[in-house]
Amino acid sequence: MFNPDEIKKIHAARQRWESQLLNPTLEKSSERKAQFISGSSDAVERLYTPEDIESINYEQEIGFPGEFPFTRGVQPTMYRGRLWTMRQYAGFGMAEESNRRYKYLLQQGQTGLSVAFDLATQIGYDSDHEMSYGEVGKVGVAIDSLADMEVLFDGIPLDKVSTSMTINAPASVLLAMYIAVAKKQGVAATKITGTIQNDILKEYVARGTYIFPPQPSMRLITDIFEFCAKQAPRWNTISISGYHIREAGASAAQEVGFTLANGIAYVRAAIDAGLNADEFGARLSFFFNAHNDLLEEVAKFRAARRLWAKIMKNRFGVTNPKAMMLRFHTQTAGSTLTAQQPMNNIVRVAIQTLAAVLGGTQSLHTNSFDEALALPTEESVRIALRTQQIVACESGVADSVDPLAGSYYVETKTNQLEADALNYIEKIDQMGGVVNAIERGFIQKEIQKSSYQYLSDIENEQRHIVGVNKFKTENDTKPDLLKIDLAVQERQIKKLKQLKQTRDNQLVQQRLAELKKVAESRDNIMPAIISAVKAYVTLGEICGVMRQVFGEYKETIVI
Amino acid sequence: MIDKIRVVIAKPGLDGHDRGAKAIAQALRDAGMEVIYTGIRQTPEAIVNTVIQEDADVLGVSILSGAHNHLLPKIVEQLREHGVDDVLIVAGGVIPEEDIPKLNQIGIAAIFTPGTSLQQVVEFIRKNLKRKRS
Repeated sequence: MFNPDEIKKIHAARQRWESQLLNPTLEKSSERKAQFISGSSDAVERLYTPEDIESINYEQEIGFPGEFPFTRGVQPTMYRGRLWTMRQYAGFGMAEESNRRYKYLLQQGQTGLSVAFDLATQIGYDSDHEMSYGEVGKVGVAIDSLADMEVLFDGIPLDKVSTSMTINAPASVLLAMYIAVAKKQGVAATKITGTIQNDILKEYVARGTYIFPPQPSMRLITDIFEFCAKQAPRWNTISISGYHIREAGASAAQEVGFTLANGIAYVRAAIDAGLNADEFGARLSFFFNAHNDLLEEVAKFRAARRLWAKIMKNRFGVTNPKAMMLRFHTQTAGSTLTAQQPMNNIVRVAIQTLAAVLGGTQSLHTNSFDEALALPTEESVRIALRTQQIVACESGVADSVDPLAGSYYVETKTNQLEADALNYIEKIDQMGGVVNAIERGFIQKEIQKSSYQYLSDIENEQRHIVGVNKFKTENDTKPDLLKIDLAVQERQIKKLKQLKQTRDNQLVQQRLAELKKVAESRDNIMPAIISAVKAYVTLGEICGVMRQVFGEYKETIVI
Repeated sequence: MIDKIRVVIAKPGLDGHDRGAKAIAQALRDAGMEVIYTGIRQTPEAIVNTVIQEDADVLGVSILSGAHNHLLPKIVEQLREHGVDDVLIVAGGVIPEEDIPKLNQIGIAAIFTPGTSLQQVVEFIRKNLKRKRS
């Protein structure tokens, strides 16, 4: 970016500055710490100058928004054209309660829905399964069958609202239910818009809601890719997620490296299943975390975009620019919220929101201040949403595209994170890909190392967390918390029993037999799942058949 | 020579948030204890079996899904049914303060909520062991 003579001059000037000004200053008073570290424990230098980015080629590495390598964003006008989608992840209790919350959020100006399912649903158990005990309706809404899904979206027009569903192992079943509900509303599958997370690989290393072993899981995923390409072309079939990898304790570079390595595995699997990378590549979407270290996070998003574009272009040879674009959703970092002085979390979330927006996110969920204590209340969710709206309307950061580009620090950090992430990808390549790396426990071990480092830094006060190991107060204000009681489970089980008594059980058995046959074959499984959900076969019954055919995954324990 | 304190760290229910459990496991190990981590998705029965088989002095249960009021009593109950009464039981996770007295009452000696330092956990275990290894 700079001509060599210019750099020489800057170098000389810097030496002069160091001897004349800096060194005398340091002799008089030392800095606050011997070493400064970023949110990911990387060294942070005192000063960044053009010397740090002297070799960067602007056109090739930074470029223009909407063009390869998309460092500056995926749209030419970014938020000047349209703001990001404000999408709050929500769901709890029974379908009726979540439906009310969704309608409330839409009234408050939210522009898309994001469904949180309870753990039983995410792991393919009905509410009456013994493993579901105590978990029904807790971290999300309980869905056992199409009957629940009909209530969940009652009065919400699925041709107008886009819906993101955080569902992985049983993603095909929930997508089938969504398609069936849309059809009942008179909305064809070709019209629905939204996303299913459908990213099983990160479940094995970070999030834990896997059911089946990797191979059949990858088949379910590519079946969805193939089905949606024809039947639901506006649906985003996967959200390749670094969020949970980061929440599990990974560094920023690991978040990008492991997520893109997973992305590579999905692209490879889809190509092997006969799909065209130029087409389905354009339907891939990503999901990242926004932590407190504002500048590191902005650099991370930029690095991820550039690295993915290069991977799609160079490794997979795609020519469609849309298939090189890394489009992503962001959620602020739940793990940074403190139970101490919970109102302070509003400020943390605001910083993280800035990181996501300055990093060019396509959609954003902001956490509520009370989430280190319980599920958020209506009031805390509103504040979280308002935080986004304030950043959008009042901060000015959305009005110029990628405004931190050219910062010596941000560009240096972008380069470093890209290189570090690529280094992880190359290591995983050498192990024969992500599945092998997971089975060996490599990824889990790396995350664990970073996680423990972070915690040790807090323990040793190398890192200060306000309210936790610094600026503590004795009497915290206690916010009102949302409670989900066991009655939800009882009501949900009763509803399930009633369903099983009133549906056509002969048809259910027939559908399950058909599903088993397709599962055992190599045919696309989606049509059989759709037929099953329409006959009110439950999620647990469908996953039960698949458990029989595919088996279940057992984790590699690494500490 | 004193035997190492034996600790089982367990994740009951369907909750996959294992960052805390793994961090505690590592910290206790670094503090010189023998730690057995069960992995996620353990039934109360499986946890109790591990405690018995491993001859554990301490059981640490990690729950972040909100199911603590339902799962912790089941574990305590089953330990009693097996005649185990000298194991120190502690728990950690996203557990609201108002739930803590009830859990203490049924025999959970301490609930470590977010922000607890690792040192606090180590010290608590050392001070409150129900049986002494010698």
